[in-house]
Amino acid sequence: MKVKYFAWVRERVGKAEETIEPPATVRTVEELIAWLSGQSEAYAYAFEKPKVIRAAIDHAHVKSDAVIAGAREIAFFPPMTGG
Amino acid sequence: MTTPVATCPVTIRIQEDDFDIAREIAVLTQSRTDIGAVVSFSGICRADDDSAKVAALTLEHYPGMAEEEIRRHADEAVSRWPLNGVTVIHRVGRFMPGQNIVLVLTASQHRQAAFQAAEFLMDYLKTNAPFWKKVESATGTGWVEAQARDDQAAARWTKS
Repeated sequence: MKVKYFAWVRERVGKAEETIEPPATVRTVEELIAWLSGQSEAYAYAFEKPKVIRAAIDHAHVKSDAVIAGAREIAFFPPMTGG
Repeated sequence: MTTPVATCPVTIRIQEDDFDIAREIAVLTQSRTDIGAVVSFSGICRADDDSAKVAALTLEHYPGMAEEEIRRHADEAVSRWPLNGVTVIHRVGRFMPGQNIVLVLTASQHRQAAFQAAEFLMDYLKTNAPFWKKVESATGTGWVEAQARDDQAAARWTKS
């Protein structure tokens, strides 16, 4: 699946997007954040406060318990500050 | 992109270029005689942040989702109020104080629906549309933090 990062999450991860293949045991957004955090210090830094991170699956906001199976694109970003 | 929803055209644009409010209102009202009220909200890059003088703002967005999220809220506004037209233009890129950032236009037969829908759209834009502001100031560069007051403003429109 494709993963995108925005704003300071993108800066901390060090890339805007990538394709990942998490193990089947990673079922939810929350579990994906935990799995990514274990991949490197950059991810751990980006996701150090997981409750602050917002997520979207296929362009729609989702909660942390959302199931990721079937997702084409998952995005992680800080609370929004547009307008 | 413009989709005619019955008699309520909804126009949503994300662009780097500036917008002309008078021109956008003219587009919304041209060859129509059923519109009695147009409310216009402009968001402008402000020089004073809570802490330091702002030298510039950079707006980043999530292409694709930003348009879809604004459209979902525009559609909800159209279903909640008797509107005759909605235009939302959000700029991205780097802005200096005084420059336009966002425009919301709502047209209706009467002013109440137009006022309320414009406020609803702005409240949701601030909290739910995937845009992020980075500030450059004398003290450095940093991402703007989301404000609890914006969440509270959006929450008041939630149907109970």
